[in-house]
Amino acid sequence: MSAKAPVRVKTLTIDGREVGAREDQTILEVATENGIFIPTLCDLPGLSTVGACRLCLVEVKGARGLLPACVTRVAEGMEVAVNSERLDRYRRGILELLFAERNHVCSVCVVNGHCDLQSLALRLGMTHVHFPYQYPRLPVDASHERFVVDHNRCILCARCVRVCDEIEGAHTWDIMSRGVDCRVITDLAQPWGKSESCTGCGKCVQVCPTGALSEKGKSVAEMSKRRQFLPYLTLMREGRR
Amino acid sequence: MSDKVGQALPPAKPEPEKVRMATVWLDGCSGCHMSLLDTDERLIELAQRVTVVWGPLVDPKEFPKDVDVTLVEGAISSEEDLHRIKMVRARTKLLISLGDCAVTGNVPAMRNQFGPDAVLRRAYLENTALDPQIPREIVPPLLSAVRPVHEVVPVDVFIPGCPPSADLIFSVLSELVEGKAVNPAAKFG
Ligand code: SF4
Ligand code: SF4
Ligand code: SF4
Ligand code: FES
Repeated sequence: MSAKAPVRVKTLTIDGREVGAREDQTILEVATENGIFIPTLCDLPGLSTVGACRLCLVEVKGARGLLPACVTRVAEGMEVAVNSERLDRYRRGILELLFAERNHVCSVCVVNGHCDLQSLALRLGMTHVHFPYQYPRLPVDASHERFVVDHNRCILCARCVRVCDEIEGAHTWDIMSRGVDCRVITDLAQPWGKSESCTGCGKCVQVCPTGALSEKGKSVAEMSKRRQFLPYLTLMREGRR
Repeated sequence: MSDKVGQALPPAKPEPEKVRMATVWLDGCSGCHMSLLDTDERLIELAQRVTVVWGPLVDPKEFPKDVDVTLVEGAISSEEDLHRIKMVRARTKLLISLGDCAVTGNVPAMRNQFGPDAVLRRAYLENTALDPQIPREIVPPLLSAVRPVHEVVPVDVFIPGCPPSADLIFSVLSELVEGKAVNPAAKFG
């Protein structure tokens, strides 16, 4: 063990409450440690952070615009607000855009009742979608022996990309194209079943927050995700370094 | 986006007058109506305060003029749905989207990825052995895309769920007749 520089402690306030944090922590980590809820979708402890979904936006006094809590480091004297009418409005708006831009039919979805997106919509009081639904025509790839990717349900959170790269070490997934054409792809946009890099470990399926990745043979509402493995694997990996 | 947090009926009229309620069945499976009936004996309780002036089980052929609250089940799929919802909206004070088909388009809107012709072909040509033909008279012309109700007319209250539970429907209705503002929370699906 090499001698480490002493960890510095920062004090900040979240919704007026004074909290202490290590200087390398994010606002989200500190809030979670203190039992303060900030909605998230792309963040998953054990994976790197990407700030892809913007649901964790918070107000930081003095900052221009809103900041994503999952990728914003704490600072001394920071004044953070995680609950406000404005944030509620933005968060609901982001959720509504996610629902409007693909085809989410919860009643017949494989993860109905076990979905991070669906339960967040309930928790944040999204009663309906104010934006016109786009109804894009999207494929379902069931070429893999054991898994299915349904692009109708994908929110492009990149959890699959990160777990496959950072934990499994296979880097089968990537994200292709821009804007509404964005898609998750396996290998070089080959059918998943043809992928030579995929080991079939299933980690991507388990971390996917929605019904976009599921196990074959599961019918409506039958798929729930098992994520207990993630902290252990991360610990093991960090211990090795 | 509207920032309404809840909707209430206009102040109640002097006591004895009952709330005039209607229910409409558009492109849905009737499950939401079943769920409404599932409130069972509580319906009797409600009947003290509410008269059902129109619905799939009520006689009059024409939608009445002066309705306090209408529950709409189903998405807007055909020209007839479109015509009916506009009339219903014009004659209703408080319009409620009941269930996922009305609120999101749900299963009926799954055809939007393929278009109405593909649906008709599948239903009436590809799956029929005997004299396959697409009906032109009994089936009302389908719209090019199925839409949730609020994309077509303004909606005041949303009750998600497929179907919404009987408890949820009952609590919304009882709060409404008590003159409370309602903004029900329930999951989609
Ligand atoms: S992925 Fe979640 S939000 Fe989307 S249809 Fe399935 S249950 Fe609903
Ligand atoms: S099953 Fe494992 S190896 Fe294959 S894509 Fe998913 S995470 Fe990567
Ligand atoms: S497939 Fe799942 S995990 Fe991957 S980006 Fe889409 S929603 Fe996220
Ligand atoms: S959780 Fe922070 S951007 Fe997704």
